[in-house]
Amino acid sequence: MSHMVIANRLHDGLVVFLAADGSWVDSIARGWLAEDEPDRTRALQRSMEAQYANQVIGPDLIEVTEQHGVRMPVSIREAIRAAGPTVQTGRNA
Amino acid sequence: MYRYDEFDQQLISERVAQFRRQVQRRLDGELTEDQFKPLRLMNGLYLQLHAYMLRVNVPYGCLSAKQLRKLADIARRYDKDFGHFTTRQNIQFNWIKLEDTADILAELGEVEMNTIQSSGNCVRNITADPLAGRAADEIQDPRVWCELLRQYSILNPEFSYLPRKFKFAVTGSPNDRAAVAVHDIGLRLHLNARGDRGFEVIVGGGQGRTPVIGKTIREWIEPEHVISYVEAILRVYNIYGRRDNIYKARIKILVNALGIERFRELVDAEWENIRDGQLKVSNEELARIDAYFKPPAYESLPDLDDELASLRRVDPDFDAWMTSNVAAHKVPGYAIVSLSLKAPGRVPGDMTATTMDGVADLADAYSLGELRVTHRQNLVFVDVKQEDLHTLWEQLTELDLAAANIGRVSDIIACPGLDYCSLANARSIPVAQDIGRHFAAAEKLQEVGELTINISGCMNACGHHHVGNIGILGVDKRGKEFFQLTLGGSSDQNASLGDRLGPGLPQAEVPQAIEKIVDAYINKRQDDERFLDTYRRVGIEPFKQAVYGPVNSKKQVA
Amino acid sequence: MMTLIKNGNVVEDPFIDCTEMHILPKSGALIVSVAQWQDHWEKLVRRPDPIGVQLKSHEHPEIIADDLESLTVIALEFPTFKDGRAYSYARLLRERYGFTGELRAVGEVLPDQIHFMERVGFNSVEIDSDNALADFERATKEFTVWYQPSGDARQRAAELRRGQKQG
Repeated sequence: MSHMVIANRLHDGLVVFLAADGSWVDSIARGWLAEDEPDRTRALQRSMEAQYANQVIGPDLIEVTEQHGVRMPVSIREAIRAAGPTVQTGRNA
Repeated sequence: MYRYDEFDQQLISERVAQFRRQVQRRLDGELTEDQFKPLRLMNGLYLQLHAYMLRVNVPYGCLSAKQLRKLADIARRYDKDFGHFTTRQNIQFNWIKLEDTADILAELGEVEMNTIQSSGNCVRNITADPLAGRAADEIQDPRVWCELLRQYSILNPEFSYLPRKFKFAVTGSPNDRAAVAVHDIGLRLHLNARGDRGFEVIVGGGQGRTPVIGKTIREWIEPEHVISYVEAILRVYNIYGRRDNIYKARIKILVNALGIERFRELVDAEWENIRDGQLKVSNEELARIDAYFKPPAYESLPDLDDELASLRRVDPDFDAWMTSNVAAHKVPGYAIVSLSLKAPGRVPGDMTATTMDGVADLADAYSLGELRVTHRQNLVFVDVKQEDLHTLWEQLTELDLAAANIGRVSDIIACPGLDYCSLANARSIPVAQDIGRHFAAAEKLQEVGELTINISGCMNACGHHHVGNIGILGVDKRGKEFFQLTLGGSSDQNASLGDRLGPGLPQAEVPQAIEKIVDAYINKRQDDERFLDTYRRVGIEPFKQAVYGPVNSKKQVA
Repeated sequence: MMTLIKNGNVVEDPFIDCTEMHILPKSGALIVSVAQWQDHWEKLVRRPDPIGVQLKSHEHPEIIADDLESLTVIALEFPTFKDGRAYSYARLLRERYGFTGELRAVGEVLPDQIHFMERVGFNSVEIDSDNALADFERATKEFTVWYQPSGDARQRAAELRRGQKQG
C-alpha cells in the first residue's frame, strides 16, 4: 500500500501534501508517494521537521491508492480532505 | 438590541490586540500549537478538515441588518462567499486563514460583534428563545438576563479554564424554544406560586456521547440573585469537575456522580457566602440594559386575519407558508415570520453572501432592521406588519427562503459533518439534502405536520440528534458511512431523549427509512396527533417493523 | 529561564522548594507540600524562617485554611495551563479565607494567563521566559475594562458607567 503525508498548512489552514523535494503542495497529484518502509520513515521525519519549523500542523501518514493515474486516499475522511467538501455553497466547490 | 458603549468597545479592541499578538507569536514559533490551540479556541478559531473555521457569536440569536451585511462582506472578502448558521444561534465561516483572523475580528468589532469564547473550555454563547420579547406566550423578555450573563461570563478570570465547555440557554416562556433541558445550565423565567417572577435553574443537561436531561437545582430564585447563583455553580464545577478524561468532564457527569441533592448542597453552601455580594444585580444596571430591549414604537394597526384569509384561499402556496412559517405576534397587526434556510436541496444553515445582503435589505424594509437566528438554523423576522406579509413572501420566494416547512419534516437540523468537521464519522449534509428532496411537496409537508429531524455526523451531537423527533447519527462502520436512527426525542418543556430504532443503515437507505417511519405514523395517528404524540402512544415497535421488517422475517439487515 | 516576578518586580526566590525532598532542610525559608506540612507543621511553625505551602491542583485550599497566619507564601500549581482550578482556589484564599501573604502561581504559566491570575489574587508568578518582566508588564496591561468582580480592586465597567453618569 502506498502512503502520502497530508497536513494543514499553518498560516492559512489549507490541506497540503508532502512533495518529493520536501516542500508542501496543495494538490495530491503533485505529492510524494511513499512506497516502502524507508520512504515512510523519511516522510515522517520530514513532516516532523516541518511541524517543528511551524510550517504545517498535524501531519499524518495516510494510505493512498493510484488507479489510472488518479490518486485517492483510502479513507473517506482523507478523500474529502484531498478533494474538498462534497456539497456546495458559495465558492467552496 | 444591546448596543456597545465605549467600555464594551474597548474590551473588544483590547481582546483583538491580544489575539493579534498571539497569532504573530504562533507564526513566529514562539508559541507551540499545543500552547496556541486553547488560546485560538477561546477566540472561536478551529482547525478543521480543509481550513480554519471561525465561529462568530450572535448573542442570544439577536442580529441587526447592519451586522448581517458585515458578515456578508467578510464571507466575500475572507471566505468563499457563504456562512453557516449553527445550532447555537451563531454563524461560522469555514475557509478562514489564520493570518487574516485578527483583521476579521477587528472588522467584526466595528459592528459590535465578536468571537470571544465561542469555543474553548469556558462559557460559550448564551442562547435563548429566538422569539424573546415578541412571543405571545412569554412571561417576560429574558434578554436583559442573557446580556447580564454574557457580560458576567466574558473574560471571567476565574472561569476561563474550566474542565470543559459550558453552555447556557434561557427562556422567558413556558413553551421552551431554547432547549433549556439539554444545556449545562438552563434558566426558565416563570412565576412562582405567589406570582413573583424568578428563574428555575436547571443543571447538568447535555447531549454528546452521554445525553442527559438536566435536573432542577433550584425551583425558583429571585432574578437579582441569578448571577451569584450561577457563580456558585461554576465554582463548584471548576473545582470538582473531572479533568482526567475529556469525555467525562462536562458538568452533567459531575451532577450524575454526586447526585443532584449532594450537588445542590455544595452549590447552596457556596452561594450562601456570595449571595449578597457584588454579584447581586443592581436595579440601575438592570434598567440600563433593559432599556435596549424595550419594544419598538408599534403602529396602531388593525388585525388583518380576515383579509389574509381571502388571500390564502386563492393562493395555496401563500396559504401553506402562512400556516407553517408565520406565527402570531403580541401586537395586533403584526406577525412573526420565519425564513427557512431549508428549501429542498439546500445545505441546512448555509447562506451565501448575496442572500445575506438580500435578507439585510428585507429586514430593514419589513422588520425594523433586526432579525433572529434560531438553533434550528433558520432566521426570524419578529416585527413584520401583517399588511406586508404577502409582499415579503414574494421576496423571500425570490431568495429561496420561503419553503413552507418550519418545524416540518424537511426543516432538518444538520451539523456540518464529515464534509467540513475533523471530528465527524459521516457526512450529514447529503443525507439532509436527500431527505429534503424526498419531502419537497407542500402537500406532503402539510400532511405530515410537525416533525423534527436532527442529523449529527458523530457522537458529539452538534446536530442535537438526541432531541430530534427523528434523530440520525452518522457512524463509521468498516470505513463506510452508516446511520443510526433514534425516535421520540424532544427539546421542549417535555424534553425527552430519542430511543434507538435499530442497526445502522447505509446512506442510500436513509431517505426510504424516513418515508417508512412517516408512513407508519400517518397510518397510526389519531385525531391531531403530531408524530411525537403518536410515537409516545404506540411505542417503537410499529416503526421498527416498518423499517426493518417483522421480527421473524428472514430479511437481511445491515 | 524560570523567573519569579512578585508585585511587579523580578526577585530572587528566597524560598527553597522542598516539595520533592524526602528530608526537609533544618533551616531556611521553605516551601513544602501539603503532605509535608501536615506531617511537620508543629516543628515548622516554631522555626524563625518564613514558611510556605504548595498546593497541587487537586488539593482544595480549605485543607490549610486554618493555618494561613503561619504561612508567608502559598504556591498554587498549574500542572498544565489548561487546569483552571487554581483560579478558584486563589479567590477562595483571598476573599473567603482572608490570606494576605504572597500567592504564587507555579507550573505551566504562560504570559497569556498572567492578567487573569492577577485578577483573582495572585501577586507573584513563576514564568519561563527570556523577557520575563517585559512579558509580565505587557500582560498586566492587556485589558483595561473588566465586566465582573473578581476580588481585585479594579472598577468594573458597571461602576465606571455609574461614575460617568454622576461625573
